[in-house]
Amino acid sequence: MIEVERVEKRFVAWRKRGALRRERHEVRAVAELTFSIAAGTVCGYIGPNGAGKSTTVKMLTGILVPSSGRISVAGLEPSRQRIKLARRIGAMFGQRVQLWWDLPLVDSFELLRHVYRVPTDRYRANLARFRELLELDPFLQTPVRQLSLGQRVRGELCAVMLHDPEIVFLDEPTIGLDVVAKERVREFLTDANRERGVTVLLTTHDLADIERLCNRILMIDRGRLIYDGTVDDLLARYGAERTLVVDLEAPAPPLDVPGVSSVRVDGLRQWLRFRREDTTAAELTAAVARRARLVDLAVEEPDIEDVVRRIYTSGSDLTGV
Amino acid sequence: MGDALAVYGRLVSAAIRSQLQYRLSFVLDVVGMFLVASLDFAAVLIIFHNVPRLGTFSVGEVAFLYALSAMSFALAEFVVGHLDLLNEYVRTGTFDVMLLRPRGTLFQVVSADFRLRRLGQLLQGVAVFVYALSVLDIHWNAGRVAMTLLTVICGAVIFSAVWVFVICVVFWTVEGTETANAFTYGGQFLTQYPIDLYSQWLRRLLGYAIPMSFVAYFPALYVLDKEDPLGLPSFLRFSSPLVAVVAVVFAGAMWRFAVRHYRSAGG
Repeated sequence: MIEVERVEKRFVAWRKRGALRRERHEVRAVAELTFSIAAGTVCGYIGPNGAGKSTTVKMLTGILVPSSGRISVAGLEPSRQRIKLARRIGAMFGQRVQLWWDLPLVDSFELLRHVYRVPTDRYRANLARFRELLELDPFLQTPVRQLSLGQRVRGELCAVMLHDPEIVFLDEPTIGLDVVAKERVREFLTDANRERGVTVLLTTHDLADIERLCNRILMIDRGRLIYDGTVDDLLARYGAERTLVVDLEAPAPPLDVPGVSSVRVDGLRQWLRFRREDTTAAELTAAVARRARLVDLAVEEPDIEDVVRRIYTSGSDLTGV
Repeated sequence: MGDALAVYGRLVSAAIRSQLQYRLSFVLDVVGMFLVASLDFAAVLIIFHNVPRLGTFSVGEVAFLYALSAMSFALAEFVVGHLDLLNEYVRTGTFDVMLLRPRGTLFQVVSADFRLRRLGQLLQGVAVFVYALSVLDIHWNAGRVAMTLLTVICGAVIFSAVWVFVICVVFWTVEGTETANAFTYGGQFLTQYPIDLYSQWLRRLLGYAIPMSFVAYFPALYVLDKEDPLGLPSFLRFSSPLVAVVAVVFAGAMWRFAVRHYRSAGG
């Protein structure tokens, strides 16, 4: 469905040298990128900020033209067949509003229907289905500018799917949402993938998004692919360690729990790192409570930046795993 | 084509509905525009209070030129006036969203808004036109009526094309809007007066580089049945439609070139 072959994207940037002189230098946003994604996959595209994620997505959607290499999306060349491709894909770019700000939400759908030339029966059926799945009815007549972030994201998702795209690109679809709203977005995407066979490529910083949604992960850093494999494999290797943060009633020496490493002590607060397969947060909490009196606790999940750092320190090249 | 027009109609009516959400601000804008534009024409009247003629042009004739230009300009502002927001579209990623949709980018940018608030300017142009007609003694015939109508339309097309052409600078530098405004607003200012007032180099610039003199000057000579004080060939009086077509072709080519640059340079 998506094929990327030795793709590179270079930007020319100008660095200031003195009052008027500027120096030209080239920034390589994406280098030697090669991967392919089969139809029906939900693929997480992850990496730290500035790694080249959005540059890649912009090339896949035809916004940017690659400097070299070959891209094929749904059998089309995005940079040359942008308009043809646009009918077959959908995309949602985080903070950018695709909806008409001052108009009722439903007006945006109506306008997009004409922009995309969606057949009337498809439009009706899709809108009915999405209204139900995303629970849009309470704010369908509300101007977009008055919607909460969660409502707006649901509206945007509906807008992205109205023309029956085969592939959907999502940039941080759950960022800034509360737990309930996140879950609703994830359910919607799962449904789109299962019921409609939509291929999804999403960038995210949220490990839970990845665990819940993705069956494939591509990780990129400094423009290069550094990991290509399954979520389970990635988490087993690098994301398995969680941290329990406990506040004790009285100062204590580093707690000693078998199989758990005490990584930090700061006054009454202690950090305990444990592996997913060794123990659960509940078991560990109980073990701590047997050793000292607990006041408060929190579990820290590893984030993407963490996982990337660990892949780096492990020093191995994992592409093709 | 029919489909594009229908979609344009829908998008523009959506834009107008959005503006009417802020009714008071809209009314104030229209009235304000009318007053500011009227002051502008008052300056012309003050000049004529002191001198009987500008070159070979009487007050009525200048008013006629002024009105043609003002009406064309207001119509162009309706359709493409919001191009001065193109730098915002580019900077905030709205332009990228347009690249994701199955329509041409220029089509989408143009249909993204409609400056209905320029109604004030259009009304002022019409008022000056009525004034010009009351002062002048034009021998109307079918040809002259048609020429007047055609001139306003071609003028609007020429203004729009120049606008599109110069705003493309935004795809290279987001700060380009001011430069572009110098051409569009400055160009419109120049068309309000007979071009024989301007020095030769400025006339060349107007006549050739920026096709502004075809907006009002040449066709007005025909309608007013006037000798060209510059002695330029009379076929120029009928050339506005051709100039409009050429301007549109150039603007379209420039737009495609600029968008291609944007898509490979990455904004």
